[in-house]
Amino acid sequence: MDSEYRDILHRCFRCGWCKLPTNYADFNCPAYLKHRFESFASGGRMWLIRAWTEGEITPSERFNQILFSCVTCGNCVEACAMDKIRDKLVDVFVAARRDLVEEGRIPPGVRDYFKAVSVSGNPYKRPAEETGLWAADLDIEEYNGHEYLLYAGSVASFDDPGMRMARSAAKLFKQAGLSFGTLKGEEVDDGNDLRASGEQALADFLASRNIETFNRKGVGKIITISPHSFHTMRKDYPALGGTFEVYHYSQVLALLVMQGALVPGGFGAEVTYHDPCYLGRWNKEYFSSRRVLGELKGTSVREMDRSMQNALCCGGGGGNFFTDILGTGRDLSSRARVREALDTGAGTLVVSCPQCYRMLDDAVKAEGAQDRLRVRDLAEVVSASAGDA
Amino acid sequence: MDRIKDRLEEIVGKDYVSCSAEERFIYSRDQGVQEPSEPDYVVLPATSEEVREIVLLANEAKVPVVPMGGGLVLSGLTVPLKGGIVLDMKRMNRILEVNENSHYAVVEAGTSQGMLDAYLRKHHPRLKHSLPDAPPVATIAGNIAIHGSGHLSQSEGGFHSEMVTGLEVVLPTGELVKLGSCSTVSAWFSRAPLPDLAGLFLGWNGTTGVITKVGIKLFPRQAHHDVLIFMTEDVDAAPDILFRVIHTGMAEDINYALSPKPDYLSGFQMIVINVTAHREDELALKLRIIRESLRDYFETKEAGFMPMPPNMKAGLLEVPQKALSRFADVRKGGGFEYVGAIMPLEKIPDACRAGMEITERNGITYSLGARIIGRGHSAMFFFAYPFNRADKDEIRRVRSALEETNEEAIRLGGIPWKAEAAGQKLILGSMEPATYELMKKVRTLLDPNGIMNPGNWEV
Ligand SMILES: Cc1cc2nc3c(=O)[nH]c(=O)nc-3n(C[C@H](O)[C@H](O)[C@H](O)COP(=O)(O)OP(=O)(O)OC[C@H]3O[C@@H](n4cnc5c(N)ncnc54)[C@H](O)[C@@H]3O)c2cc1C
Repeated sequence: MDSEYRDILHRCFRCGWCKLPTNYADFNCPAYLKHRFESFASGGRMWLIRAWTEGEITPSERFNQILFSCVTCGNCVEACAMDKIRDKLVDVFVAARRDLVEEGRIPPGVRDYFKAVSVSGNPYKRPAEETGLWAADLDIEEYNGHEYLLYAGSVASFDDPGMRMARSAAKLFKQAGLSFGTLKGEEVDDGNDLRASGEQALADFLASRNIETFNRKGVGKIITISPHSFHTMRKDYPALGGTFEVYHYSQVLALLVMQGALVPGGFGAEVTYHDPCYLGRWNKEYFSSRRVLGELKGTSVREMDRSMQNALCCGGGGGNFFTDILGTGRDLSSRARVREALDTGAGTLVVSCPQCYRMLDDAVKAEGAQDRLRVRDLAEVVSASAGDA
Repeated sequence: MDRIKDRLEEIVGKDYVSCSAEERFIYSRDQGVQEPSEPDYVVLPATSEEVREIVLLANEAKVPVVPMGGGLVLSGLTVPLKGGIVLDMKRMNRILEVNENSHYAVVEAGTSQGMLDAYLRKHHPRLKHSLPDAPPVATIAGNIAIHGSGHLSQSEGGFHSEMVTGLEVVLPTGELVKLGSCSTVSAWFSRAPLPDLAGLFLGWNGTTGVITKVGIKLFPRQAHHDVLIFMTEDVDAAPDILFRVIHTGMAEDINYALSPKPDYLSGFQMIVINVTAHREDELALKLRIIRESLRDYFETKEAGFMPMPPNMKAGLLEVPQKALSRFADVRKGGGFEYVGAIMPLEKIPDACRAGMEITERNGITYSLGARIIGRGHSAMFFFAYPFNRADKDEIRRVRSALEETNEEAIRLGGIPWKAEAAGQKLILGSMEPATYELMKKVRTLLDPNGIMNPGNWEV
């Protein structure tokens, strides 16, 4: 492990602030919430990684499970009491995973995820040509010098709820007259969750492929559907030669609404909004979605106890969306999140990330709450408000 | 095949029992400097009934049981000195009842301080409980099991164990008992007028039973909060200054602090006075009365109220104070441990001098201070020593300083609080023989097989 990280391991006091949000509402670390052993909290993980580097513990299946169950949501970074180490907590966990990956010690689910992406360029094992199919019947132009490239990413390309999001967003952009195009069959996975899972080489390779395509086509501005793409394209791509203006689709929707190019109508139900970690905590973007929702006529946003920097992650980050290391059960963060959304009394849980969409949609079913709560994405809600459900 | 593990899994479910090296490692140590000792099993119960079944099993198999809440006591009291089962109670964290009129809440033992506070803010915004400055994951039961104290200990009734209105406890032999009014009627309003059996579990560090539910007093939550710091270089003036501030009856929490950092404040005693009020004019009046009470001190120009930069003030207004956890990084190393000695207020100057001598002798740094308890009936004086977890020699020096501090605290006329096993022996050595014998009788009666947190308070 890099000394930058190794040298801070002993500075974790394991005081447990990292388990809670800053308003203490409830446990807010998905791995800890699920397992409840001290070892699964960020502090426990720091101490175990240190024990490993000091030779006091040898990696076992359990050790791997503990390390790979971190969903990189960043709650610990937000809540940690130690100003000198907090920003590096998730980096330490990712660095430790990198070491495990290098040593070939990874859980089977993680191995399968890596394999799928390395063979197909996406975790769904779908051929590259299919990446633009989500928009096949939408009459969207192939990117060709437009102002924006709309990059869907793996989940919005192949997972049903994500595809619905991408389609709704694209339709709204068209309606507002935005100049944008998509790539037909040339997108590969953004690499964010691979990187977070410790597979840096493959993540870099995919990022480089995307960057090469974007540069070849002369792309300057990108709109991403996934906050995960938004994050890695802003944070990691520049070092790999990819410097673009990157926007999340919620930001573009907010802009279009502010310019009057999009006019949301009435949405006959109260909504609550779930902040995705890679938009919120990681990039401090809390307001665009709320700005858009605020324009819906006759609707108000009922905030959950844990919102914005305190949001409870859906559990789908850090690779867990594809590896399912967190497993099932009532204490899954996605299910806890759905219960929290139900507590607000809102009938619609609005998301702005395709991973959150799937995780929370499944959780609504697991909670048997289909009759009380519907998960919808921001673009779907805006479309529905304009009578285009 | 491990029959005990199988049985534990039957009781709480497979996911909540671990014998893995990883959990054995983490649960074998806390954040302080005590030596590690591994549990055989870590178990996470969800109900009182599960706790009861675990304790019955432990009794039958003569396996130790060590209850643990946040595990933040720092002095090794949740380290299983003789192995056995660590019972991590934090799954039992439901808030069962809040009685606004009678000002109490009933919570499961593993409810964290932070979550109770958040719950009250949301559902009962006029009420609060007394928060310790421990990290907010510390539990209600863990804190009363060590006679903890907090932000309302000065103004509202002393140690948190004194704020307990009732308990539900699993006895070491497996009986589930209720103590206080809840044993006789349904409400948890008070321990009086019954013979006070709750004392058999308060301050006993989990050596007499497992607390499963707690009734705890609530107090008015005021909308306005401010803080003053009075500074003086005269160590011997502290008791009088504290006396005056306490006597105004205007202060909520009063703390005394002395630390060598930052350099320009070294040698200054700081009296940190928290004031709360329902109304702004009430707050202003309270602050004025407190200032007036110290007028002849600040007129000498040798002492005075410190003008506070806004970020400093904001930190001091936080409850619990994150800055206290940050103290663990003073040595860039994630550790501190403290002897908190409960002592009479007049001993504060001598305790300061002793703390400085001990740290100098051991080549370590310190933060010294005290929280005033129960309108001056005593103080919890802390001798806190940070260390770098990666520096074995510093850990050894801090350990030696803690041992010396325990001895010094007793010599000064105080009693180490939440003392580690060695400190407990010191206390027992100074105890009246008849009291010691009574403790022994109580423990033998309650715990004939000696399964509860053995190695601690061994009489
Ligand atoms: C930065 C910092 C600041 C602190 N400030 C304060 C402060 O202001 N006031 C204060 O009082 N303390 C303070 N502490 C000390 C300590 O963290 C707290 O007292 C804390 O509340 C202990 O609770 P816990 O849940 O962590 O207990 P634990 O450490 O888990 O347990 C403490 C003891 O109680 C026993 N126990 C735990 N749960 C049960 C149960 N259900 N039944 C029976 N026995 C049980 C354990 O066996 C152990 O002996 C501070 C600590 C730190 C690190």
